[in-house]
Amino acid sequence: MKKRFDMVDLDCANCAAKMEEAINKIEGVESATVSFMAQKLSIEAAEEDFEKIMKKVVKAIKKVDADCEVVL
Amino acid sequence: MNKKQKRTLRNIIISIALLVIISIIFEILEDKMSELSDISARIIKTAAYLVPYLIVGLKVLKKAGRNILNGHVFDENFLMTLATIGAFALGEYTEAAAVMIFYQIGELFENIAVNKSRTAITSLVKLRPDYANIEKDGELEKVDPEEVKVGDIIVVLAGEKVPLDGVVKEGESFINTSALTGESVPRRITEGEDILSGCINEQGVLKVEVTKEFGESTVARILDMVENASTRKSRQESFITRFAKYYTPLVVLAAVIVAFLPPIILGESFSVWIGRALIFLVISCPCALVISVPLSFFGGIGAASNHGILVKGSNYLEAIAKADTVVFDKTGTLTEGVFAVSEIVTDGNYSEDEILSLAAHAENYSNHPIAVSVKNEFEKRGGVIDKEKIKKSDEIAGKGIELILIDGKIIYVGNLKLLSDIGVKPIDKQPDSYGTVVYIADKEKCFGFITISDTVKESSERAVKRLKSQGITNTVMLTGDRKQTADAVAKEIGIDTVYSELLPADKLEKLESIIKNDKEKSDDAGVVFVGDGINDAPSLIRADIGIAMGALGQDAAIEAADIVLMDDNPEKIATVNCIGRKTIRIVKENIVFALAVKLLAMVLGVLGIAGMWFAVFADVGVSVIAILNSMRMLRFSEK
Repeated sequence: MKKRFDMVDLDCANCAAKMEEAINKIEGVESATVSFMAQKLSIEAAEEDFEKIMKKVVKAIKKVDADCEVVL
Repeated sequence: MNKKQKRTLRNIIISIALLVIISIIFEILEDKMSELSDISARIIKTAAYLVPYLIVGLKVLKKAGRNILNGHVFDENFLMTLATIGAFALGEYTEAAAVMIFYQIGELFENIAVNKSRTAITSLVKLRPDYANIEKDGELEKVDPEEVKVGDIIVVLAGEKVPLDGVVKEGESFINTSALTGESVPRRITEGEDILSGCINEQGVLKVEVTKEFGESTVARILDMVENASTRKSRQESFITRFAKYYTPLVVLAAVIVAFLPPIILGESFSVWIGRALIFLVISCPCALVISVPLSFFGGIGAASNHGILVKGSNYLEAIAKADTVVFDKTGTLTEGVFAVSEIVTDGNYSEDEILSLAAHAENYSNHPIAVSVKNEFEKRGGVIDKEKIKKSDEIAGKGIELILIDGKIIYVGNLKLLSDIGVKPIDKQPDSYGTVVYIADKEKCFGFITISDTVKESSERAVKRLKSQGITNTVMLTGDRKQTADAVAKEIGIDTVYSELLPADKLEKLESIIKNDKEKSDDAGVVFVGDGINDAPSLIRADIGIAMGALGQDAAIEAADIVLMDDNPEKIATVNCIGRKTIRIVKENIVFALAVKLLAMVLGVLGIAGMWFAVFADVGVSVIAILNSMRMLRFSEK
């Protein structure tokens, strides 16, 4: 399943790249992109694990930039 | 400016003012300060300059600290923190505060620039309808478009956006499709016609029966595509992120070497070389590249969508800029895909209108495309078919029609085979245009003929010419038409290679072989396929770049193509090619410019020629220039 989320206060392009890298390393994530320009996260993962994975995703994002929020 | 940006700006102004005041005070108190011991003077100065420094820089210090705790050591926050703390330690107080201020000015500027581009591209979002009107008990109720179901009747008032795709059930109006197609001339719409979401109803009230749910409607699909576009990255974008990953640690390592190696080997003072290392660090910050490259692509995609062209990702913009071959499917892309009378030739005894009238009467009961175009032309010229005059008309399969008029005259309308069957020679004039020729004759002689052809789009020739001037070396046309017709069309438009008499399945095969030949010539350049989206989805997918034309409302084509032209003007291919090439040029300019200036400044910094002020300009200045350069894409217009 592929889903897209809006991101708030993602304010550096480099951070977006780091987040993308970190999210792609999370187990169960098939593919993920973080677009700095569109302020969007798009993520593909198995439906049954989605919620669990999203929790890890939020954590990974916070680790790169604590001010950045994902609108779930 | 948003709230956050305003706050940053306020902080910058306050801290500049403070910095100036503090510097003046210390200037005045210079004598008094020199009376103090060295240590206490340093402490007083550090404490004073820390105020303006922290007002702008606290955020940066915090971020740097947090990133270190999270294991991300080398980022620009860290570089700035290190450089400014170092400057404090070396007693360069004004410089330390100024560097932080300039860094924040640069950041603020970047932020505003990025936001501005973001608004520009998402101005497409103005397409998004906020509500749909549903009639309930004679009153209009505003509901969320997502709640409207297929089959519901919605009411669109004058000046409102059409929220969902549907069919007009009642009313007529002019609709403005400019947000979808870039075409500013309003289009007339009446009962029974399809209407697409995203158009604006310019006058009158339309009642529309919804045929697609919101998520499937044109607007939602377009927004989806544009928002998704920036997640498909070009090679340059991925290069930059990879580059930054190795670049920053390398630079820090180089700075450490600069700081310690010369003093140890040459025995020079540590403070001089640590100072130089800090300057080196400030210059090296890669933000100019990290921001400006995606910004250029984003601007390119935005510029394209302003022209009614949807590019599904930065990578396609990059690919089209490198393409050297464009393959066109003829019908519907280079030609209108509609048959029309292009020429009427008579033997001199009859007028054009008389010939046309005879043909139209003969074809009256036929629905063949050729018959339809003859009748259309007749009506266009003000003719009315008088059924009383027709006694009988019979179709002669594969040849034409035998028309018996009420006065007993027999007229034949058909092809050369029909003429030779009845033993009449065609008139000795040749058709000027290519296409299907219909002769009109009676038992004795031929009166003339009518040529019917698929008209070439007025802009096709210009499109091909422009593509060639932009660096496309090979233009190809694929068609099912017979050779003569195809060659004539190609010659008129200026196409290099023609493959005619192809069955639909052959087209894909031809495309494959063109792609293969092209790849043998050079790896890098790609093949563009342009189709009208009808039956050519496989080719759109197979080509390096598939462009679907006039794709409004055609879901399969929108799905299969990489670039979608909302209207059916072939010149837009040249436009998007131009946008692609310009975007790549700007990206390259930025990469070369930023790296060259930084490299030069780093060398000057190490040699001790460039100081801290210069370093800040080399960092922030280069970023600002690169961003301004990228933002040129937003203002792209063809003339």
